Amino acid sequence: MSEVDTKTHPLTTTPVMIIEAINMALADAMADDETVVVLGEDVADPEMGGICGGTKGLSTRFGDKRVRSTPIAEQAIIGAAIGASLVGFKPVAEIMLMNFTTVAMDMIVNHAAKLRYMSGGQTHVPIVIRTMTGAGFSTGGQHADYFEAWFAHTPGMKVVCPSNPADAYGLLRSAIEDPDPVMIVESMPTYWTPGEAPVRGSRVPIGKAAVVQEGTDLTIVSYSRTLRECQSALGPLAEGGISVELIDLRSIQPWDEAAVLASVGKTGRLLIAHEAVTAFGVGAEIAAVVQEKLFGKLKAPVARLGAGFNPVPFSKPLESAHITDAAKVIAAATSLVKGSD
Amino acid sequence: MERNDMTRPIPDGPTQLEIFRKMALLKANDERSRKVISTGRLVMPYYSYRGQEVIPAAMSVNLTDSDYLCTIYRGIHDMLAKGLPLKDLWAEIAGRIGGTCKGKGGPMHLTYPAKGVMVTTGIVGSSMPIANGLAWGAQMKGTDAVTVATFGDGASNIGAFHESLNLAAVWKLPVIFLCQNNLYAEHTTYAKGTSAPRIADRAAGYGIPGIRVDGNDPIAMYGVAAEAVARARAGEGPTLIEAMTYRFHGHVFGDADGYMPDAEKEAAIAADPYPRFRAMLIADGMASDEALAAIEAGFEAELDEAVEYALASEYPGNDELSTDVYGAAA
Repeated sequence: MSEVDTKTHPLTTTPVMIIEAINMALADAMADDETVVVLGEDVADPEMGGICGGTKGLSTRFGDKRVRSTPIAEQAIIGAAIGASLVGFKPVAEIMLMNFTTVAMDMIVNHAAKLRYMSGGQTHVPIVIRTMTGAGFSTGGQHADYFEAWFAHTPGMKVVCPSNPADAYGLLRSAIEDPDPVMIVESMPTYWTPGEAPVRGSRVPIGKAAVVQEGTDLTIVSYSRTLRECQSALGPLAEGGISVELIDLRSIQPWDEAAVLASVGKTGRLLIAHEAVTAFGVGAEIAAVVQEKLFGKLKAPVARLGAGFNPVPFSKPLESAHITDAAKVIAAATSLVKGSD
Repeated sequence: MERNDMTRPIPDGPTQLEIFRKMALLKANDERSRKVISTGRLVMPYYSYRGQEVIPAAMSVNLTDSDYLCTIYRGIHDMLAKGLPLKDLWAEIAGRIGGTCKGKGGPMHLTYPAKGVMVTTGIVGSSMPIANGLAWGAQMKGTDAVTVATFGDGASNIGAFHESLNLAAVWKLPVIFLCQNNLYAEHTTYAKGTSAPRIADRAAGYGIPGIRVDGNDPIAMYGVAAEAVARARAGEGPTLIEAMTYRFHGHVFGDADGYMPDAEKEAAIAADPYPRFRAMLIADGMASDEALAAIEAGFEAELDEAVEYALASEYPGNDELSTDVYGAAA
């Protein structure tokens, strides 16, 4: 955690949106370190500074050498980021939507993640891949998937999934300084949700979860947009007499095993909720570890809540039914606690 | 395809000898590799480059240690020409802790940044997108470093080729796309897999120069390489070079290379550029047979030493399994 100079970075008290926090983090990182560069589709100001404005103002402020709009060519984008990182730069590559990472899988999985290992530590790839996703805009099957489990399954990759503006800022600052490739998965549907402003210059360490609310009956572990659905569920669950300990995982790879085990050791019950497909997902890994380490202390089987084994649908009612929302969290949490009372 | 048309740079005497010296090193190393594998002293996937020595030899005499190389699984000739030391190479391909990558990369992932050997990939086509990034880095730093991406003819059919040439052209990157066209993509002939009569013609689609050259002619190859390096250093952008050559052996050492017609292979071996260039140097009075033989004997001795050093070295301990996955966070 770096010291915050409150003269140059006054604490903002006005709430900001996640997309603004991302933009602040990029601007502050670029101001602090001239090796930080940004590339991706439409990221420079003549192209509107990103389709959601995440990189707005950066090319005007830092110049078009450091902020480069690219062709629509994801392999070329990640390849360029990798190469520049090998010679001293800290590129932040934007892959507009998480589904488009599939086009660059070879660069991400075979190269960015593995060059440190395959070179015996002679080279390393300090890049950040910013990408957004999330259902809710009726974009159908190729624009809204959560693929974080794929990258968390790849040795050499780190994956973070912020749920609020302060974490988005702090995790992105940490990701840019990290010596290895970090993917930051941004929830597009919550980009414009205001929240507590980040402290300029602050960092959120990668691999550290946050306890959003303490409780005694049940631990709910979540992240990204689903964490906000869990927050919406807290009131009704409390009214129903269920005391929830809510953990925002924030980092998926590495994930904060100690924090989760400490909480579940206390509550004896665990529900993991995410937007990604449940099968073979992040929840499966957490459930496996918790059952390995806390088997005797569990009051109920670990429960997982996520999408069914289907692509994201287009039709609005289907899309809504696909999303892990507060109602599903309430039902799952209630069933878990009442069923094991 | 023409010999040097005299508008391109011609290597002077010392440079010609240096090209020969590198060719001798590469040829000796390939022969030794096949011998060590066939006698069972070493087990590894080996992609012989025998027959393709001229290309990296004539390219690398135009480069310095500050220039970057991204090469591929059939790339040990590229790396040796760029300066990768034999002992480090052999310890690595033997999987020993003293290798360039502590034995964790192997023949397909050799890395040696001190000589600019930045990335070696086992994925067809993937040298090119990363080469662009190295070149972009040099461009941002304002150095005159050039990046060379090598690849085979088969790689010109994969998406990464298209994305890379396009971006390099748009960003005017100091990068050279060096295609070593050995007429085979694994087991498939050029004609069966490649739509364009000449890969060099594909450069037109990106608005960059594309030159086909006899990659077995050291003088012609040198001229084309020197010109491309000069363009890149002057900030004039990328060049695609299609260097025509022939792979004397199958795709991977030990494969049944029945897909390569005997007559074709025999003709290529009969036209081996190595003895041809050697004879030319002697005929032109550049060097005596004895002097060239001394160079060759010197490499044999270096290889004796490197191979024995490698095979006597320690393997990495199991603690290396989980190191170098991540670095220490700041």
